Amino acid sequence: MAMATPNRMIGQKIKRKEDPRFITGKGKYTDDVKLPNVTYLALLRSDRAHARITNLDVSAARKAPGVVAVYTGADLEGKVGGVPCGVQNAEGNHYSAGVKLNVPAYPLLASKKVNFVGQPYAAVVATDPYLAQDAIDLIEADFEDLPAVVDPEKAIEKDSPVIHEEFGSNIAFHIPGGPTPEAKAQVDKLFAEAEMTASFRFDNQRLIPMAMEPRATLADYDVGRDQLTVWSSSQIPHLARTFLSLMISHPETNIRFIAPDVGGGFGSKLNLYAEEILTPYLAKTLERPVKYTGRRREEFAATIHGRGQVQYVDIAFNKDGTWLALKLRFFSDLGAHMQLLTPSIGGFTAVMATGCYNPQAFWFEQYGVLTNKMATDAYRGAGRPEATMIAEKVMDVIARETGLDPAEVRRKNFLRTFPATPPTGLVYDSGDYEKALNKALEVSNYKQLRAEQQKARAEGRLMGIGLCSYVELCGVGPSWLAPPGAGFWDVSTVKVEPSGMVTVLTGISPHGQGEETTFAQIAADELGVPMDNVRVLHSDTLAVPYGNGTYGSRGMAVGGGALSMSLGKVKEKAKKIAAHMLDAQPDGMAYENGEIFVKAEPARKVTIGQVATMAYDFSWKGPGTVPTDIEPGLEETSRFEPSNLVFPFGTHVCVLEIDKDTGQVEIQRFVAVDDCGTVINPLIVDGQVHGGIVQGMAQTLFEGVVYDENGQLLTGELTEYAVPKANMVGRFENHHTETPTPVNPIGAKGIGEAGTIGATAAVFNAVLDALQPLGIKHLDMPFKPAKLWQAIQAHSR
Amino acid sequence: MAVKFNVEINGVRHESEVEPRLLLVHYLRETLGLTGTHVGCETSMCGACTVILDGKAVKSCTLFAVQADGAKITTVEGLKQNGKYHPIQEGFWEEHGLQCGFCTPGMIMSAYDLLSRNPDPTEEEIRHGLEGNLCRCTGYQHIINAVQSAAQKMKR
Repeated sequence: MAMATPNRMIGQKIKRKEDPRFITGKGKYTDDVKLPNVTYLALLRSDRAHARITNLDVSAARKAPGVVAVYTGADLEGKVGGVPCGVQNAEGNHYSAGVKLNVPAYPLLASKKVNFVGQPYAAVVATDPYLAQDAIDLIEADFEDLPAVVDPEKAIEKDSPVIHEEFGSNIAFHIPGGPTPEAKAQVDKLFAEAEMTASFRFDNQRLIPMAMEPRATLADYDVGRDQLTVWSSSQIPHLARTFLSLMISHPETNIRFIAPDVGGGFGSKLNLYAEEILTPYLAKTLERPVKYTGRRREEFAATIHGRGQVQYVDIAFNKDGTWLALKLRFFSDLGAHMQLLTPSIGGFTAVMATGCYNPQAFWFEQYGVLTNKMATDAYRGAGRPEATMIAEKVMDVIARETGLDPAEVRRKNFLRTFPATPPTGLVYDSGDYEKALNKALEVSNYKQLRAEQQKARAEGRLMGIGLCSYVELCGVGPSWLAPPGAGFWDVSTVKVEPSGMVTVLTGISPHGQGEETTFAQIAADELGVPMDNVRVLHSDTLAVPYGNGTYGSRGMAVGGGALSMSLGKVKEKAKKIAAHMLDAQPDGMAYENGEIFVKAEPARKVTIGQVATMAYDFSWKGPGTVPTDIEPGLEETSRFEPSNLVFPFGTHVCVLEIDKDTGQVEIQRFVAVDDCGTVINPLIVDGQVHGGIVQGMAQTLFEGVVYDENGQLLTGELTEYAVPKANMVGRFENHHTETPTPVNPIGAKGIGEAGTIGATAAVFNAVLDALQPLGIKHLDMPFKPAKLWQAIQAHSR
Repeated sequence: MAVKFNVEINGVRHESEVEPRLLLVHYLRETLGLTGTHVGCETSMCGACTVILDGKAVKSCTLFAVQADGAKITTVEGLKQNGKYHPIQEGFWEEHGLQCGFCTPGMIMSAYDLLSRNPDPTEEEIRHGLEGNLCRCTGYQHIINAVQSAAQKMKR
């Protein structure tokens, strides 16, 4: 009987395979893993931004009930490494910028000085988490306060206090000019020739990533096997294992690192934190399991922050709206110590600062500045929202100064031929920016909106329409772009089991992105098996050969590429086995819908299930019939090294009105046209875009980390930091264009960060557009009602 | 000093002796092993710990376990009956109302509370009804769709 043709899964709205465990409360996050005899780690954290520790007395804590051990920074000195920063190369330079990089030592527990609020300086291990906290409260410490360095611009002035005296200043690195030595002269020439110029300063405020699951790590040490097993809420289990092995001097072969279910990351778990090193170190030292589970207040203070950039932008342009040149000088607020990628994030801003446009020249200067704050690092978008804010504000400034429509200024300046070469030095893979813009204008009925705005303005209402045509860089990427010690390739193993069931192993580490489903869709289509017969495993170093994890919207673009390669190899091997089974020539075989048949005689066929059985039991007809050109088994592993990054793009349109009397913003429509190349599962793509949009508009309207002038963290809890709730946002109208990338075999670009990158600027431009009749040219985010109300009041007379 | 108390959870009676300061969420997670109820903040802001106590949604991170003495509690583990998903669970699955899944149990329990009070809510009422629960992944739109889909099914 002929097998029914299975439906094609790619491109379908398939509900997720991972969901049954989550909707029933059976997901397993790190804190859900229970081990007998476990102990609990609690940390005493600094409530001061900058202070010398003059006295630390842990004697009462050592005697407290349930306490197993107490540690200070001095107890750990020389025994365990610190928190790693991966951006410095062997010469002591910033690996991609080539300039000297000062990386301050970052001990797991501070011993002499605390440098930011939230920095741990003592640790208690106890048999019960409540008792651990009780003992923390018994620790006594005295401090000598030092002046705090808070403002990154003031931090580089000669009279500023210096955080790390060994460097002589707070400058971690300085890139005096880029991207090329000739760029400055080209830019200066265009500024001299231009019909118009404009300048603005932009404060891209710090944000808190706020993954719903606080960071957690559990470690168990098997003394007999010298084996450490670590469960941790991580986006990068393999890289974390490699770095952990170095820091605690434990062989990489004897560490199993598992990222079980992970409750969101957004870049904040693309790291190796002090707690993630301390927990396994203590488990090995104490020969008992140790668990650390962060509390929200600890998360706010001591999980990386995003953004934190001050930008000075100068542009040259002509009266017809042509953008000629960009000069960018910016300060990255790095914090007091560096996490894994801290000094590299601003680099993404520099290379993407001209967006999807084609100015003739670009020049930038960057300062990486140390401040008495938590480290900044990768947070959803990581440098590209900051870049997109520049390019998209530039478009609106040109429109305002020339009197042209913002949509037409964008259209005039788009890059149009691909691969495209903007002046930042990158090569954009594929794109059609005008197509996405046109679709967004059509769906939003842009002309009509502008007419309504005229009417609203005549009535004195503050209606704003904001556009953002973005392009972003993701799917990282070619390994030559990666920091020392890490690659950007990824791996996939496809194993057709003897039963015909299919196991897929992947080196990416999904934590909400849904690859247990989308990878199964791809495997099901390619191999012609039901999706239910495919299981995708990830995030366990014992199962997966190696992998570089999930970040930079790389899961499908890189992990999917490796998957595609392995599926191809499995099919080729299946054809060879089938040819032997059918006494046919391998190159005369075809594979369709789970059947392998002789092309010339389609009736001569076997199924993938029959091939799998033969591959494992290898039951040929006796001596002399055993094929010599194939090995038993049906399992292939591939590593995909992408030739380039991928560059998703789109246009977002935000329509809003500001209430003059309250400063409240009401978003009336949000249209998102996104192009992420080939779409595997539209339901998942839309989900990614929705979440991204809300994180983007959150920066514009609601969120912002506040440190006061003493470096005190004023937004230390959810009660003080406005993460959007369901009633604070509305519905989004999602549309797509589909321009595949040539960079990977699937044609997919990433979609994890696009929503954030597009929405931040679209909402920003809409607010400024609404305020334009009042003569307000710039305000810094977030646009909380009080700030808008004050600005409206000040400009209403 | 341990204190005795009685509580019924997902139809099963428990008699326990716990420290009076033990939070209800830790009783559920650590004492009973019901780890579907999550801790996201400890300040009643995020809602990941939401359970139904005597018919009302409560945040189990800001109640002591002993305060539940004599109460009937439903957690996310108690929703699936006789191997059949609750319509709210189905709604979240069908409408892609979750990504990382960490907020999901609390979100589902708040939706349960909302639909028990208001079986046919408008979108605005759903958004208001869920404002005590944060989700950082979905942007809420698919969660709203999930609750709407569940409401339709539960009306039938």
